[in-house]
Amino acid sequence: MSEKILMKGNEAIATAAVRCGCDGYFGYPITPQSEILETLVEFNPETTNGMVVLQAESETAAINMLYGGAACGKRVMTSSSSPGISLMTEGISYIAGAELPCIIVNVMRGGPGLGTIQPGQADYFQTVKGGGHGDYRVIALAPASVQEMNDFVELGFELAFKYRNPVMIITDGVIGQMMEKVELSPVRPRLSEAEIAQYYGDWATTGKPPHRNRNVVTSLDLDPCKQEQFNIKLQTKYRTMEQTETRYEAYMCHDAEYLLVAYGLSARVCQKAVELARNAGLKVGLIRPITLFPYPYEAIERMLPQIKGILAVEMSAGQMVEDVSIAVKGKAPIYFHGRTGGMLPSPEDVFKLVEHIACGTFDQAGVAGINKLLIR
Amino acid sequence: MDLSAINNETNKVYGKSKLLFDKVMHFCPGCSHGTIHKLIAETVEELGIQEHTIGVSPVGCAVLAYDYIDIDWQEAAHGRAPALATATKRLLPDKYVFTYQGDGDLASIGTGEIIHACNRGENITVIFVNNAIYGMTGGQMAPTTLDGMKTSTTPAGRSHITSGFPMKIADMLALLPGVAYVTRQSVDTPAAVRKAKKAMIKAFKSQELKRGTSFIEFVATCPSGWKMTPVEANRWMRENMFQTFPPGDIKDLI
Repeated sequence: MSEKILMKGNEAIATAAVRCGCDGYFGYPITPQSEILETLVEFNPETTNGMVVLQAESETAAINMLYGGAACGKRVMTSSSSPGISLMTEGISYIAGAELPCIIVNVMRGGPGLGTIQPGQADYFQTVKGGGHGDYRVIALAPASVQEMNDFVELGFELAFKYRNPVMIITDGVIGQMMEKVELSPVRPRLSEAEIAQYYGDWATTGKPPHRNRNVVTSLDLDPCKQEQFNIKLQTKYRTMEQTETRYEAYMCHDAEYLLVAYGLSARVCQKAVELARNAGLKVGLIRPITLFPYPYEAIERMLPQIKGILAVEMSAGQMVEDVSIAVKGKAPIYFHGRTGGMLPSPEDVFKLVEHIACGTFDQAGVAGINKLLIR
Repeated sequence: MDLSAINNETNKVYGKSKLLFDKVMHFCPGCSHGTIHKLIAETVEELGIQEHTIGVSPVGCAVLAYDYIDIDWQEAAHGRAPALATATKRLLPDKYVFTYQGDGDLASIGTGEIIHACNRGENITVIFVNNAIYGMTGGQMAPTTLDGMKTSTTPAGRSHITSGFPMKIADMLALLPGVAYVTRQSVDTPAAVRKAKKAMIKAFKSQELKRGTSFIEFVATCPSGWKMTPVEANRWMRENMFQTFPPGDIKDLI
C-alpha cells in the first residue's frame, strides 16, 4: 500500500528529493520556500543515503554548486524564490550552455524588486522566455497541487537527464505553503559511482580513467562556426522537447464555449470557477498548462472552433497570456484577469468575469485587479 | 660521439609531463600561466592522481587550461570556481579538486565564493594567479593592482584615494580557521619554480589529510598587460610586486 501523508508543498519537494535518489541539494534561505532546506536538514540524509545538503552563502553560490555537482553526473537540486532566482540566472545560463541536468525550484512571490513575500506568478517571462543571457530554454513544470510538487521532482530529474538540460519547477507561495495529502514516490537508491561512470561516462567529470578521453564541461567555444553549430544543436533539442514533452490538463473542455487558461494556483481557482459557471448553466472549460516550456499551444488551438471567448488568469500583470495569444492567432477574443503583489484571484471574480464576457460587458464587471481585453 | 647513446630514457632526468598535451600554448611570451600549468601537470602526474583529479578552470587568460592538461575539467563562470569545487568535493570526497583563478576572478567578482569556501574549510586546493591586472580583457585595474600602477582604467596610476588599496586576499584568507595552508610563490627563476612545485604537491596532498583549504598564490607576470618585455616584467615583479606580496608561507597547519 502506498504511503499517504499530509504535508506542505515545500515539504513534499524535500521529501521527494530524498526518496528519488537526489545526490545533492544546495540552497539559500528565502521566503516562502525556506522549508525545503529546513526539511532536508531535518532529514539529515547524509547519515542515511549519503545525500549532500548544504546551505550556500548566496543564491549565486548555490546555483554554481549545482553547476559543479551536475558536472559530476550527480542528481542535484536547488530551490529559491523570485529575487533569488534572479541571482541564479547567470548560473542557469551556464548550466544550460554546458548541457547539464539539474532541478531548480522557484516558489514565486510577487515582485518586482523585493516585492512581497506573498505569492505571485510574475516570473513567467523569466522562466520560459530566457531569464539569463543567450539562446537557451529550460523545461518548466508548473505544479498545481502538493501531490504534483512531489511528483514533479522525479519527473524533473527524468527529463533533466533525458535532455541534459535544467528543469525548473515553477510554483508559488500558496502551493509551497499549503497542506494536502500526498502519495509519496517510491524510494530509489542513489546511483553508484560505477553506474554514473557507465551512464554518463562520456561527459561527467569524475576523474579521467586511462580508458577514456578527458571530459570537459564548458559552455565556451571561441570559434564562431562551432558555437553556431552548437547553438543549432541546442535549438534542435528544444524543438524535440516541444514535440514530445508538452503536458497540460483539460477540464470540462469537451463542450466548452468559454475557455479559461491558467497554471499553478490560478488553475486551482479557475477549476472552482468552472464549477460555479457550470452550475449557472455556462459552458466553461479550463486548459491548465503543466509544462510552461514547452507550452501547450495546440491544446488551446484545437479548442478554437467551439470557443466564443478566452480568459487567461494569472497572478501577474499578464505574462502567460502572451503565449495564449500566440496559440489563438487572433481567431478568438482573449481577455485577461490578473492579481499582483500577493493578491489572489477568487473563483467568484473569475466566474463573474466569464459571465460578463458572455454578455459582452467585460469592462463593466467591476472586479479588482488588472482586467484587459487583448484581442477582440 | 653518438648522441643517441646519451639521449635515451635511462639518462633522462627531466621532460615534459605526460599530462601536458603536445600543443602550443596561447599565452604571451613571459607570462607565468604556462609554467604554472606545467607545475599542475607535473604534480598530478607525480602523485599518480590523474584518475582522481578534477580541475575547475576560470574565466580570463587561463580559461583554456583544459586544452593543455589531460584531466577532467569544469569551466566556471567568473569568480564562481570555489562554488563548483565545493559541490564537486562534497559529492566526490575522495577526488582531488582544485580551482585555478586569477586576481580579478578570485579577489574581485568572486570574493564571496572564495571567502565562504575557505571558511567552510572545503578540502580543495586553490591556485591563485595574481598578476595585478585583468589580462584577457586588455589590462584593466584589478583589486591587486599596486598603488600608482598604470592600467587601462587607471591611466594616471591607481590611486588608493579613489580606487582603494591592493588587496592582500591571501593574508585575509589565512585568518580563517578553515584554511590549512596559505603560501605565496612565484615562477620567475628555476629555484622559485622548484620551490613552488613543492608547495603545490604539499597543497594537493593536504586534501588527503582533510585539514581544510590549501591555497597557493602565485605572484605572476603579465608582460603584455604591463607593456614590458618578459625580462623587464620579471624584474619589475621582483622589485615592486614582492614589496606588497612577499613570497613565502603565510600559514601552515599541515
